[in-house]
Amino acid sequence: MDPVFCILALVTAASAIAAVSLRRLVHCALCLVVTFVGLAALYLQLNAQFVGFAQILVYVGAVAILIVFAILLTRGSDSPPQSIFSSSWVVGVGVAVLAFGALAFSVWTSSVIYRPAPPAPQPTVRELGEQLMTQYVLPLEVIGLLLTAALIGAVIIAMREGPARHKSESIAHRPLPIPHPK
Amino acid sequence: MPETLDQIFVLLKHWIVAHFPAALQPLVSALLSISAIILAFALLFAIATILERKGLGRIQNRYGPNRVGPYGFFQPVADGLKMLIKEDIVPGGADRVVHFLAPIALVVPVLLAFSVLPYGRNMAPIDLDAGIVFFFAVGAGTELAVFMAGWSSRNKYSLLGAMRAIGQMISYEIPLILSSITVIMLTGSLRPVDIVEAQAGYWGGLPAWHVFTPWGLAGFVLFLIAATAESNRAPFDLPEGESEIIAGYFIEYSGFKFALFFMGEYFGMFAISGLAITLFLGGWHAPLSFFEGAMPSYVWFFAKLFGILALFIWLRGTLPRLRMDQLMNFAWKFMLPMALINIGAAGLWRFLPNGATRWLVCSLLVFGPFVALGRGLAAKRHWKPRTYRFAE
Amino acid sequence: MTPLHHYLILSALLFCIGLAGALTRRNAIIVLIGVELMLNAANLNFIAFWRYGPHPEAATGILFVLFSIGIAAAEAAVGLALIIAIYRHYKTTNLDQIDSMKG
Repeated sequence: MDPVFCILALVTAASAIAAVSLRRLVHCALCLVVTFVGLAALYLQLNAQFVGFAQILVYVGAVAILIVFAILLTRGSDSPPQSIFSSSWVVGVGVAVLAFGALAFSVWTSSVIYRPAPPAPQPTVRELGEQLMTQYVLPLEVIGLLLTAALIGAVIIAMREGPARHKSESIAHRPLPIPHPK
Repeated sequence: MPETLDQIFVLLKHWIVAHFPAALQPLVSALLSISAIILAFALLFAIATILERKGLGRIQNRYGPNRVGPYGFFQPVADGLKMLIKEDIVPGGADRVVHFLAPIALVVPVLLAFSVLPYGRNMAPIDLDAGIVFFFAVGAGTELAVFMAGWSSRNKYSLLGAMRAIGQMISYEIPLILSSITVIMLTGSLRPVDIVEAQAGYWGGLPAWHVFTPWGLAGFVLFLIAATAESNRAPFDLPEGESEIIAGYFIEYSGFKFALFFMGEYFGMFAISGLAITLFLGGWHAPLSFFEGAMPSYVWFFAKLFGILALFIWLRGTLPRLRMDQLMNFAWKFMLPMALINIGAAGLWRFLPNGATRWLVCSLLVFGPFVALGRGLAAKRHWKPRTYRFAE
Repeated sequence: MTPLHHYLILSALLFCIGLAGALTRRNAIIVLIGVELMLNAANLNFIAFWRYGPHPEAATGILFVLFSIGIAAAEAAVGLALIIAIYRHYKTTNLDQIDSMKG
């Protein structure tokens, strides 16, 4: 077995476990970053250079920062007083273990996996860009639209600020307007 | 002979590597590159600190450091020794592990970013196909290090400083990347070596650098402003505003960890200046045709680097610090639209026939919005006599 | 060269860690982290199958992962905005306490 893969897999899996089981939310977020970096290194191992860098750029540079900001905005940086696991955690762990068992069994018994790897391809960024601009131009545009919509939607959801609610409350407390007799 | 001098580091590396067995050669080659980068930039860091302090002293009409060595030029050595033997203080409420990891997480990505820049002919440590993406990807890691430092210190000033720094870095990363996209569009490659090769040659007297085109000039100015903000230097040094939040996210750091933060900041500045040189200033190419070949290529790279450093020092000595709202307004209402318009100008430049029309159209396309947006930024300001609300 | 099934097992493990996190934790942000882990596990699968598949020169797997990363970024932004909106309303991110649909 390849030692590089072993180390990367261990780091990725261990930090993923830490990311969902640690008590302090900021520690969870930082462990998640280690998982993302480990995954990017695995992509590099699989000759997918551009995806590895894009993974770091998007996940470490944007998603992790977003999560950290959300933790601070929801005052989650202190460890909670009560148990961190939900009341039905046994069922959750059971479902996850069952899912892993099923997936591992099907991978292990499948015949496709023992096929030898084809010679390593080296897709250049130029080829990727050409494919994005010709064959995959519609998905690219749709992703652009989706990102714009998500950006605007996220801003609107998070912006529904105190004043708007205060207004609705003050309307509720006001006596009902008397309809004009026509 | 000039060729040998030009390639002396490459030849030296090949000579040393050839002494090792074939199995070890890639490792030795990598180690040599790493140690060369760290040595060169640590030396440059020392020189830059003394130059900055002397230069600021000159601008502010005082001497600057003048005790250690001739004209105080051994001050960095004394500073380094002092940093090394100082006590390392960790606050009682701090999160010790994160507090320890933050300076490392800041310095390592910056050192990684050095590995894709071409320092001279055949002198790119790693010749990556997606080198520019790699540079920006590792640059994204520093934001998280800033957050780690600010949060783990358990100090409201450091947390405020970290939040300011992250907000500023995210806002200015967009114009930074958008302004470098123009170069990538025109050269059609993400490889730094290809981008430098595309700027070889001369148009009459001028070198064929990207900065000598309308879109390139606008891109270079935008890139440099965003780079100043990205490396948290004056006039964008709010994250460490000494007068408000003392020193920002590294207020609770002392001794060698503080030195690492200091070093990380300077290294970030060197890396981003190196990228500016690669993208816009022709990399290691000589500025005039009769200099080509007269001096080794890496000399030109580092001469340009010193030029940009001098510009940064000058800016720091001259401009006052911005306010937070001014900073954000400038990023989103001026830099971002200008960068987008500049991309349009670069696209036109690519498809218009070579000639005076191309220059005129692209210059107007860049310069018109510059004037309009600049007036738009300034128009809302109503200058009035200052009124004091609390200090009367 | 690492055989394909090592990558597949690792990806299944990551998926199930994410699933367990999403199902067992009280905090909404950790649930989102679990969802992100599951998405990443799927991405690893795509890249592994692309590398070991019969036509690695057609970069379909890579492009699919690029699109998937874009969607994950959008999902994280909207999800976190929702969490912040919920926190503003209920003053908690504990999913066990957010049990009424009335605003």
